[in-house]
Amino acid sequence: MLAPAVVYILLLVAGPFLLAIFYAFSDARIGNTQLHFVGLENFRSILQSPSFRIAVRNSFIFTIGSQIVVIIASSILAIALEQPFRGRGVLRFLMLLPWVAPIALGAIGWKWILDSIYSVISWVLVALHVYKPFSAPMWLGEPHLAITSVLLVHSWRLIPFSTVILLAGRTAVPKDIPEAAAVDGAGFWRTEFLILLPMMTPIISVAVLFGIIFTFTDMTVVYILTAGGPFDSTQVLPSLAFTLGIQGSDLAAGAAISLFLVPLLVIIAYLMLRVAHRAEVT
Amino acid sequence: MQTSLSGQVLRRIAHVLVITAFTVALAFPFYWMLITSFKQNVDLYTMQNNPFIFNAKPTLDHLTFLFTQTRFVRWLGNTTFVGVVVVSITLVFALPAAYSLARLSGRWGERVGIGIFLTYLVPPTLLFIPLSRVIAHLGLQDSLWALILVYPSFTVPFSIWLLMGFFKAIPRELEDAAMVDGLTRFGAFVKMVIPISTSGILTVVIFTFTLVTQEFVYALTFLSSEANQMIGTGIPIFLVRGDVYYWGALMAACLIATLPIAFLYNLFLDRFIAGFTVGAVK
Repeated sequence: MLAPAVVYILLLVAGPFLLAIFYAFSDARIGNTQLHFVGLENFRSILQSPSFRIAVRNSFIFTIGSQIVVIIASSILAIALEQPFRGRGVLRFLMLLPWVAPIALGAIGWKWILDSIYSVISWVLVALHVYKPFSAPMWLGEPHLAITSVLLVHSWRLIPFSTVILLAGRTAVPKDIPEAAAVDGAGFWRTEFLILLPMMTPIISVAVLFGIIFTFTDMTVVYILTAGGPFDSTQVLPSLAFTLGIQGSDLAAGAAISLFLVPLLVIIAYLMLRVAHRAEVT
Repeated sequence: MQTSLSGQVLRRIAHVLVITAFTVALAFPFYWMLITSFKQNVDLYTMQNNPFIFNAKPTLDHLTFLFTQTRFVRWLGNTTFVGVVVVSITLVFALPAAYSLARLSGRWGERVGIGIFLTYLVPPTLLFIPLSRVIAHLGLQDSLWALILVYPSFTVPFSIWLLMGFFKAIPRELEDAAMVDGLTRFGAFVKMVIPISTSGILTVVIFTFTLVTQEFVYALTFLSSEANQMIGTGIPIFLVRGDVYYWGALMAACLIATLPIAFLYNLFLDRFIAGFTVGAVK
């Protein structure tokens, strides 16, 4: 009864994966019927391209940067949401929206908020006299601001996800542990950092590992917000693979670029297995 | 452990501040979608106007435009259709697989289950280039059937993982008794196990459906004509004509597409999280 599912997954995951490796060593193009083996040629030209280097750098900036924001923000939010209070259900619904909404639609919402002319953020800053009218920066039009915007939109999307995972972790800690700590005179900070934090390590790592995968492999936020621009400055590995491989018809280059996702995915899978294994043993 | 009265008041204030700040930061784009949907263009596109209030009378023009002048309804239909078919395929593959893994003796069931779960981590951005060729060879370009074929490759693994947890909680004796009464193992599975697993099955249905609505990369790669889009691609790509963004209609579409998914997701949130935490929370 297991076989059909396993065959389906192998055909549609392992199959294309092998095909991607095959393409990466070939000169496959859309519309080109003949394939030639070209060895490491694709990798050589990719490694020399400046867009690729920017894409690698951005992929890591977005992934690491957003995970730092997410883990700090969601730890604070999880503490604040742990005890029941009136209206918690409604607030939980509102706070979950960024995670539940299709990411393309959340991103298009931000594109309007960060609009080059009618941005509400610019309006507020002008009203506060931070900028003169018409002189607020173009949030998605200048490389540094665009990078920061993409990073924050990624964080915005993942904070709810990470928060609910951390909340599940906190509720699983036996109640008498923080109580005993309080009796022994430990204050809020000591309880949080010296007692709860070590107990929460497995669950925090689960949240971070998923967060890394969701950010590192995502092209939607970049594609919608900036389409990789201005001048490829916000390009990430997946969006560059799409730009070259699908829009530019260069399947070989696109496949080779997307293969650069694999090493990190393997590390994450390994760490995930360790977390699962520990959970299995204890 | 006696907290002073002023300390309690301070904590209370900090709590309210944290909750308010996060609600505003996370839900703001959706509030912005709501207010934008009902504003007249003359109000939206006058820079001097305070964007937080209605400077002109609210209007239903954008909604009328969305439902009569665009393919929005068609995209909702497409998404529902793909969602329903993918849910059915997912159940057909995942139910028997999850059941047999849950009943495998020893630790092998768990291990194979984790192995399948890990394939959920293989991202579309790694496979979309080779899959675009596979789809072309099958003659499924610009067809919703391309998505129906490919989506189970990530909905089945997570569903197997979620269902395994449910089936393990069902005592073996139940099926044993049914088999003593002359049913085959498959018969026992269909007649005894499935009926008492409805809540697990419902969880998988909702989760699969939300995954289908949230997917972007495959839909962007495989579909090209305006009539065949899913909500996630149609709204951000085809509601923009040339360089003209119909922000009112765009924001209305985002909100309308998001809210039903958000309601459903909220109902089953705790179960999804139990799936994500890979057993790190007991």
